[in-house]
Amino acid sequence: MSALEQMYQQVIMDHARQAHGRGLVEIELPLVGESHQVNTTCGDEIRLRVGLDGDRIGAVSWEGQGCSISQASVSVLSELVEGESLEEADRTMDAFRDLMQAKGEPLDDDREDLLGDATAFVGVGKYPARIKCAMLGWMAFKDAVIQARKDQP
Amino acid sequence: MLSSSLRDDFPLLTRTVRNGKPLVYLDSGATAQKPRAVIDAERDFYEHHNGAVGRGAHLLAEEASGLFEAARGDVATLVGAQHEEIVWAENATAALNLVASGIGNASAGIGGEEAARFRIGPGDEICVTEAEHHANLVPWQALATRTGATLRWIPVDDHGRLDLDDLDELVNERTAVLAFTHVSNLTGVISPVAALVARAKAVGALTVLDGCQSVPHLPVDVAALDVDFMAFSSHKMLGPTGIGALYGRKELLDALPPSVFGGGAVKVVTMETTSWLDAPMRFEAGSQPVAQAVGMGAAARYLMEIGMDRVEAHERELAALLRGGVADLPGMRLLGPEGDADARDVIAIAAVSVDGIHPHDVGQVLDDAGIAVRVGHHCAQPLHRRFGVTGSTRASAHVYTTPDDVRAFTEALATVPAFFGVKA
Repeated sequence: MSALEQMYQQVIMDHARQAHGRGLVEIELPLVGESHQVNTTCGDEIRLRVGLDGDRIGAVSWEGQGCSISQASVSVLSELVEGESLEEADRTMDAFRDLMQAKGEPLDDDREDLLGDATAFVGVGKYPARIKCAMLGWMAFKDAVIQARKDQP
Repeated sequence: MLSSSLRDDFPLLTRTVRNGKPLVYLDSGATAQKPRAVIDAERDFYEHHNGAVGRGAHLLAEEASGLFEAARGDVATLVGAQHEEIVWAENATAALNLVASGIGNASAGIGGEEAARFRIGPGDEICVTEAEHHANLVPWQALATRTGATLRWIPVDDHGRLDLDDLDELVNERTAVLAFTHVSNLTGVISPVAALVARAKAVGALTVLDGCQSVPHLPVDVAALDVDFMAFSSHKMLGPTGIGALYGRKELLDALPPSVFGGGAVKVVTMETTSWLDAPMRFEAGSQPVAQAVGMGAAARYLMEIGMDRVEAHERELAALLRGGVADLPGMRLLGPEGDADARDVIAIAAVSVDGIHPHDVGQVLDDAGIAVRVGHHCAQPLHRRFGVTGSTRASAHVYTTPDDVRAFTEALATVPAFFGVKA
């Protein structure tokens, strides 16, 4: 598999085409946060909304446009974190960031288990310019959670 | 077409890139590669002549000052300016900001009576175009906000040309400044400078030309163009980064207040007031990028040795090949004039929107084939918006670009839809 094929794995292509969580919806949960992030190099944008159900991620939805890496990444993220506790979502985010910094090398089994489909993004680590694309949705998610928790009593 | 043996002057072009492939460099619109003459000029300066410019009495200071000013002269010659009409700036962005901020400072009362001619305020207008690089738009937005003047713009038509139908209304007696690009960094379209300058002159507006994409590729003569100011960068014309230049009519430069204040730019300083030196010194406060200036001078000489007429002819032939090659591909949209029929007034730039595929993804497949292009909005968001897209994949050429480079680009581009499972 070439480095290019390693980056554009089938899982990623599938997620880019059939993205999970696409379409911003009203979330009927007590704590809702939203974040708008822009990739300044290409102008890609994402608006992502998170609803918290106690300390669990109750719902994630988003709208935006971008390259297949950014779209697939936010799709995988939405699928992964929905239903996770905040603590689990934090660990998932950390693992994904580690994967981006791993220069294309696989992570240990524990972190790979956390990431599920997101391990397919391993190839992105070989292309520093694309890490931003893959991280865009994750940055929005992280910020949206912070926004949601601002209203927490 | 220029001889491909000219490529031997550019050491970097011999390297290989991804998968050991030879480099096909089509990103010169973003930054050009450097000939040995430029690299050697910088090295020679540091190895033999480095000293404080305009500040010492020793031999090295003299030599450094001499080279610094000789470089200014070479850059002036390239664009048909007088020696003292060239001001060094960090880059073209800084050069454009120098003009906008200078007008803003004059409007705030800085520079006294000699600067009064630049004062603008509510009721005055600044006119730009929809085709501008952000560097020739944002400073004018800021100036409008700062002074209360109104920002207006000349629209672009579906083919990427400035729509001059309402020119007389858009540039009118209230217009203080008309700032526009000489060549679009997205479409490669050459602006109708004569018509724009004539209108600006008729209403007494200052003209500010963005020459970033013209000076490296076409013969440019500021006296013939009759513009008041022109900004251009070094690194796009085969020179080093970290330096650019501003051309300004001498009597205007001598009256425009500086926007960076400090030593080396002043005549008399008291505790209350300061009088400035004439141009270009008044704009060159603080230590200057001397080796870079020397490198930019070497780049100007290198281009003049080839001859800008020959550079332009090369550019036009490549433009036809490039645009014709892309126009033949299914599922691709060339932003700006389509096909080769319109190659008359464009330089060798082709910005392509590939149906259903994001520019970053397109660029990645090209990169895998060793082809370097620019992807994204190329600092021209409004013009992309005009074409209904957020970004594009842009190929741009220079003196070292060959028909083989163009062929490699169009061939690789043709494979992109299939790679992403999109029907072209």
